[in-house]
Amino acid sequence: MPRTTLDTFSVERLQVLDEQGQCDDALRPALAENDIKKLFQYMVLARTFDDKAFKLQREGRLGTYASILGQEAAQVGSAFALQPGDWMFPAFREPGASIVRGLPPRMILQYWAGDERGSLIPNELNDFPITIPVGTQIPIAVGAAMGAKYLADPIAVMAYMGDGATSKGDFHEGLNFAGVFSAPVVFVCQNNQWAISVPLKRQTAAKTIAQKAFAYGFTGIQVDGNDVFAVYHAVDEALRRAREGKGPTLVECMTYRLGDHTTADDASRYRNDAEVAEWKQKDPIERLRKYMERQGLWNKSYDQSVRSEAKAKVEQAVHEEENFPPPDPQDIFLFTYQDLTTELNEQMETFRKANGKGTIND
Amino acid sequence: MAKLTMVEAINLALKQEMERDSRVLLLGEDVGRNGGVFRVTQGLFDRFGEARVIDTPLSESAIVGAAIGMAVYGLRPVAEIQFEGFIYASMEQLADHAGRIRTRSRGRYHCPLVVRFPYGGGIRAPEHHSDSNEAYFVHTPGIKVVVPSTPYEAKGLLIAAIRDPDPVIFMEPKKVYRALREEVPEEEYLIPLGESRMVTEGTDITLITWGAMLQPTLQAAALMEKQGIDAEVIDLRTLSPLDTDSIVESVKKTHRAVVVHEAPASCGLGAEIIARLNEKALLHLEAPVERVTGFDTIMPLPKLEQYYLPNAERVVKAIHRVVTF
Repeated sequence: MPRTTLDTFSVERLQVLDEQGQCDDALRPALAENDIKKLFQYMVLARTFDDKAFKLQREGRLGTYASILGQEAAQVGSAFALQPGDWMFPAFREPGASIVRGLPPRMILQYWAGDERGSLIPNELNDFPITIPVGTQIPIAVGAAMGAKYLADPIAVMAYMGDGATSKGDFHEGLNFAGVFSAPVVFVCQNNQWAISVPLKRQTAAKTIAQKAFAYGFTGIQVDGNDVFAVYHAVDEALRRAREGKGPTLVECMTYRLGDHTTADDASRYRNDAEVAEWKQKDPIERLRKYMERQGLWNKSYDQSVRSEAKAKVEQAVHEEENFPPPDPQDIFLFTYQDLTTELNEQMETFRKANGKGTIND
Repeated sequence: MAKLTMVEAINLALKQEMERDSRVLLLGEDVGRNGGVFRVTQGLFDRFGEARVIDTPLSESAIVGAAIGMAVYGLRPVAEIQFEGFIYASMEQLADHAGRIRTRSRGRYHCPLVVRFPYGGGIRAPEHHSDSNEAYFVHTPGIKVVVPSTPYEAKGLLIAAIRDPDPVIFMEPKKVYRALREEVPEEEYLIPLGESRMVTEGTDITLITWGAMLQPTLQAAALMEKQGIDAEVIDLRTLSPLDTDSIVESVKKTHRAVVVHEAPASCGLGAEIIARLNEKALLHLEAPVERVTGFDTIMPLPKLEQYYLPNAERVVKAIHRVVTF
């Protein structure tokens, strides 16, 4: 008996803007000029925020922070495709996406400054707080998508993850569930090629992360993650399919973490400068800027106004965060259950007495 | 009134809650067409369909993770893990998300989720099918832990667990599943979480237990009664939150206590109960509180499991030591 082929797959890569900002017009997503400007403004804002957060940490004004430098297109392009009713589950390196969604930058700073109130997502946003245990948000996002499908809500759910997460069981369990139940979910993998010090080749022997989707019965696509048009194009298409009941998609955004893993890391211990320099040349903001200049959407005064507006927003966020009243220490207890248990009430009372009458702040 | 087994009582609770609230749905391995390996969900797939009784992939972390997502989205999922020995794969989801999301989102999100699974030994089950691992969950903030001891209890506690706004681990003593029948009302009733029950009233010693250990404890109490020792038996029902007040009140009356549990002794719930008695009833105690527990060993396979599990004889010996101290 001859061997037969049961299935074949091809893994596509999408790039719309090349590194010089030359656009393949056949692939350019249908974005109005104003939307293109918004993408640029969000990316500049994300980078301005990131740079400030890094400096605040170095000045001792912020706790550990995970930089997004170089990944602005992957975050802004993907989040820009979301509708307000969609749900978004971040990992921990998506402040750019959260800013696009409308999370006040003050809250992102607050979280990294160690204040739990930074995770009190405003009611108008269907977003989850940052998820630090790697990949664990994936099955939860799938469950939310299954819930939306059960209730026939015409929305999609997006889950972010990094390349490291694709080695976790929850990635595989979550994608498998999504495939089996045809859940309306889009997985956006920011493949920045480094999980702290471990390079991509130690996470997987596969040629792409995108191809893993095929094993779970749905499509994966790799996009140039530093090309905001490609990211938007692929994610927008995937979200539309999800909302139309056509199931999940994995979008791998091939990008690069230009900074350290976090402010507690020193990437020079394990990464060579030449590689970093090469990726600096692929700057996602510069790429879009070149395109916009060619299209007459960018000039120096526009640039200056975008950058000064971003700086003002970030400075305002820092001011708000640093002048926010400190949390009430008894907040430690208050959200453990809807109704506090007898033991928690007793512990809280003891805690209050030990710290003077009322709360520590009294 | 119908006399039901615990399996039937749990099935009835699930059916009635699903009829009452379309947000309640079930998911797990073999819960659909097969009705669960213990038949706890029997008939529910035919009654409610595959959208509400969901046969999942063999995937414990995703079963619990997806259930968390559904709960956060506004549904009331009841997830089944087939045996307690397989719950560990979902521990990260339970500890990092289910128990935490209310706190970390400052109340924006909460997780009204029930995770049911059979636990405990005594039915000659294979390896990894007989553990009593409640302490892990009791030690996890933000999660409640419920262990019913009889069919009547199981129905009322499960309905309360499903309606609870916080995540509940619901551990079903598989030794009791079909071992006894009890009158279970068809009508709705809830047993509030966090309230223990006094099974027998007594004046000489308090016996504190839960789940499958209630039966050997009651047997021991009956044996002691013949010897003129009047034991008060408390079934905790809910292990987190723990009904400390009732235990303390009972011990203030009897001045003596024994805790009986199936799990290993070290850091088992008995240790916590004794610590609370030390804090709140020390000067009322006439003797050290004893524990009758499993050993700090791996749960043995069926040929030796009867040597591991506490029985009435071991409880009687402990009572003797405490009353003659």
